[in-house]
Amino acid sequence: MSTIAARPESALMPKRHYANVKHSVASWLLTTDHKRIAILYLISITVFFAVGGFFASMIRLELLTPKGDLFDGDTYNKMFTLHGIIMIFFFLIPSIPAVLGNFLIPLMVGAKDLAFPKINLLSWYLYIIGGLLAVWALVKGGVDTGWTFYTPYSSTYAKTEVFLAVSAAFIAGFSSILTGLNFIVTIHKMRAPGLTWFRLPLFVWAHYATSLIQILGTPVVAITLVLVGVERIWGKGIFDPSLGGDPVLFQHLFWFYSHPAVYIMILPGMGVISEVITCFSRKRIFGYEFIAFSSLAIAIVGFLVWGHHMFVSTQSTYAGMVFSFLTFLVAVPSAIKVFNWTATLYKGEITFEAPMLYAFGFIGLFTIGGLTGLFLGAMATDIHFHDTYFVVAHFHYVMVGGMVMGFMCGLHFWWPKMTGRMYPATIASIAAIIVFIGFNLTFFPQFILGYLGMPRRYHEYAAEFQVLNVMSTAGASILGVGYAIPGFYFMWSLFFGPAAGPNPWGAKGLEWQTQSPPTTFNFDEGQPIVVEEAYAYSIGGSESVS
Amino acid sequence: MSHSSDSLVAHHFEDIEQQNESAVLGMWLFLGQEIMFFGGLFAVYLVYRFKYPDAWAAGSTDLDITLGTFNTVVLLVSSLTMAMGVWSAQTGRQKSLIRYLLATLVLGSTFLVVKFFEYKHKWDYHHVPGPSFSFQSEHFPNAAESNVQLFYTLYFIMTGMHALHMVIGAGLLIWLIVLAWKGKFGPHNFMKVELTGFYWHFVDIVWVFLFPLLYLINRHH
Amino acid sequence: MPNVQIAPEQASTIAPQIDLVLYVLTGLSVFFFFAVCAVLVFLAIRYRKGTKVNRTIVDPHAGTALELTWTIIPTIMAIAMFFWATVVFFQYSRIPDDAMEVLVTGKQWMWKIQHPNGKREINELHVPVGVPVKLTMTSEDVIHSFFVPAFRVKRDVLPGRYSNLWFEPTKTGTYHLFCAEYCGTDHSRMVGQVVVMEPEDYQRWLAGEFTAVPAASAGEQLFTKLGCVTCHEGNSPRGPALKDVFGKEVQLQTGEIVLADEDYIRESILNPQAKLVAGYPPLMPTFQNQIKEQDIFTLINYIKSMKDDQESGSQS
Repeated sequence: MSTIAARPESALMPKRHYANVKHSVASWLLTTDHKRIAILYLISITVFFAVGGFFASMIRLELLTPKGDLFDGDTYNKMFTLHGIIMIFFFLIPSIPAVLGNFLIPLMVGAKDLAFPKINLLSWYLYIIGGLLAVWALVKGGVDTGWTFYTPYSSTYAKTEVFLAVSAAFIAGFSSILTGLNFIVTIHKMRAPGLTWFRLPLFVWAHYATSLIQILGTPVVAITLVLVGVERIWGKGIFDPSLGGDPVLFQHLFWFYSHPAVYIMILPGMGVISEVITCFSRKRIFGYEFIAFSSLAIAIVGFLVWGHHMFVSTQSTYAGMVFSFLTFLVAVPSAIKVFNWTATLYKGEITFEAPMLYAFGFIGLFTIGGLTGLFLGAMATDIHFHDTYFVVAHFHYVMVGGMVMGFMCGLHFWWPKMTGRMYPATIASIAAIIVFIGFNLTFFPQFILGYLGMPRRYHEYAAEFQVLNVMSTAGASILGVGYAIPGFYFMWSLFFGPAAGPNPWGAKGLEWQTQSPPTTFNFDEGQPIVVEEAYAYSIGGSESVS
Repeated sequence: MSHSSDSLVAHHFEDIEQQNESAVLGMWLFLGQEIMFFGGLFAVYLVYRFKYPDAWAAGSTDLDITLGTFNTVVLLVSSLTMAMGVWSAQTGRQKSLIRYLLATLVLGSTFLVVKFFEYKHKWDYHHVPGPSFSFQSEHFPNAAESNVQLFYTLYFIMTGMHALHMVIGAGLLIWLIVLAWKGKFGPHNFMKVELTGFYWHFVDIVWVFLFPLLYLINRHH
Repeated sequence: MPNVQIAPEQASTIAPQIDLVLYVLTGLSVFFFFAVCAVLVFLAIRYRKGTKVNRTIVDPHAGTALELTWTIIPTIMAIAMFFWATVVFFQYSRIPDDAMEVLVTGKQWMWKIQHPNGKREINELHVPVGVPVKLTMTSEDVIHSFFVPAFRVKRDVLPGRYSNLWFEPTKTGTYHLFCAEYCGTDHSRMVGQVVVMEPEDYQRWLAGEFTAVPAASAGEQLFTKLGCVTCHEGNSPRGPALKDVFGKEVQLQTGEIVLADEDYIRESILNPQAKLVAGYPPLMPTFQNQIKEQDIFTLINYIKSMKDDQESGSQS
């Protein structure tokens, strides 16, 4: 394959790098090296992805038949709740930022580490404490409120481990806040000489926007979860209808964070795509400023659209109108990104390595996810689609089709940088195609199920919905295989993969100018000096190649 | 930069300015998230206050305005002593630094002790939300007991969250006093004092909002 | 192979309107999606490595015009779709005055329904075709959501307040009724049917096999049993007379004027001191936790029926 051929034949694994300076367990668990912390995150989110994936497969298995023959209602409810809590708080939110962002942002800005290495380690520990609480809640019998914790069900009626689950999300929230804080300070204060704002890789811009949301949104859901927790412990609380409390107020506070959180779960993926598309087109990005500012626009307007989750909740019609309008507007910056990525291909010199295939998959699936969001942002159609499988399909297209594809894309792209080794390119491409097919077969039928009126979170359903559910379950099994394959070849690559050399893709960006894997302080020859724009590939300048 | 400061620069920073600017920006961002944290509570407060104005007035009138005012003054003075502490650190006055930090700690603790007695009073009079809650107001017959209970729930959560921040602040002060005792601060190394000062002032400002919102509703009755 | 449906039935007046918005949105989405895909695939093939094509870019910073085009056109289309969808939503939100009123109580995990004449049913709602029906809904416990896919209507059902939903069925038949807001163990069994009948059949159904006393007289019994009658009849100085009060504006002690609707009456029963009518002392005890949601409905129905020109409520 071209990927391995592109590697200089002489490439050898460097003698010293960040992963082999020390070998003790303590040297990993007490490390302040952003790259080691990224690896700690990679291992932990993979574990949580497996747990969340297990629950997903149980859900799909139960839904093979209309009757609830595999689990009873309570068990099923716990399954989808834990699937949601684990996948959102312990996989998606930390996935790209805490793994790839952590590893790459200091490298991309030419710094030795993030601004606050100890706080970075603290973030990981908070994440782990939150994760252990979630596991404890699971072991003690689970939680059945749905990841949305709607009151008064969560505050008064549920008989499961709501307090533990709420605490888990609360603590994981602070991990996310501190990661965002670290990124913003690093991006502001630690850029290499010559690395102006408009020379930054778009990956960094995307993380800057993400971090803003993490810092400004997460505390609101934190205090909201405190209020739910207090109400459970105290027996009285501020969402309690018997005191005149308003359960809908909870939804406002919850979605004030949880809608922007959707952008925490997609912006970093968009950042990855900008890096990969340019590299494998050998071309400068089209519309750099438009992509950079569209990230900020999404982050800011994204804070003002939360009410579109509540069109049928008795929210005022006029409030709904404003939220709907802003929802349509926030679609525009996403569309701009898609158009710019597509235009970047024009006159490029395109190759189809595994990361590029994932990037193409991302663009297609995210486009579907984004467009179907309009069906839910339009008040008239939302009446029908709200809380049906259409919503489930929509957000899986954005989060799995978007963010997980983006994560896989980035992992395949920077794997040689992180480990110093290549993986088998052909198998990786085949896995990418399997994931794409499996994903569509799983989730596309759910759009139709939603249109037919199948509500979400149903463990039994009307018989006429069965055919589409069977298709979806079949797709899920293909998707599961697609996700398992990389697990094997990545493990193989760790031990037997051929050495990658500093820059196996011939990519631009500071992270490729140091050895793979980098040394502990990233740039041994001193801080690099930046003299050119981002993505200074040969095409798109004044002269051409070919 | 002078030689004395070189050893203070962490390995991943280029110089002391970069390190200090990063620390200050980081603290501002942290306070930004604190504002959003308390902001959620204030939003809840506002929604219910507009919904149940009488219950809010009734509950507020029953809070101890003397103790509340006393505590407000205590906190404002503690902000002054904290600021003096930061100035002492910047100008290398070791002894006065320790004195001011101690004064701030004493004032902060005074606030917490007074707050404890306010809570205890509420407990004795069955004003703590729960099964034994009871409330009668002469001035506001329209205030439903259940809604006043809602007011008190918010009162305890808001002042409780504030008190928790005070306790953390007191812990930071003790840590600073120990470091100051060991002579760790000087004109080139005062960021820890300065950042704790930021935090302390922020917590004071939160109280400056809490006091009128909770204690001063419809006081003309 | 069982037949696979891909579209639900349209059985209400609003359904075709919502579907039309949906079809246009779908059309636009399909167009944009395939346009992006077509361009993507075309460029990927044409400019793949090794092809001999011209890769000279004359001006690397050209493209502002293109950027503006693909910013402005989608913005205009988005705003147009927003307006249309919002207009349809406003039509859906406006409840016709002549709608027949049915009361719905959600409870873990069933739907309790009460017709205007007091007839009750569980998990089934019988309605006549061609008549607008207004549901007044509340929940005894957690949040539920009343969803009839064939009518394209859905509305959350909340504890502690009333929400409304209306529809006008256009086709007789039996349709799914789902609870759409997750509500606990048997959420997926909180389902039922809406039976749309010819008006004559509906009248026959309404009259037949039903032993309950009519809502208004059940309300009168409740009104007496709970002791409301001692203060709220005649010209008692202790409480306002309720004759002809429903739907009118009432002046409160605070000088505020409120509309005496379902929510106001419900609040006055559960939290009497909150909105006192001007000129009356705060004597009334609360009925919180002492009265079921359905009984509140019954009382409201009775109060509605207390009109001067009707003998039913004023016979005392």
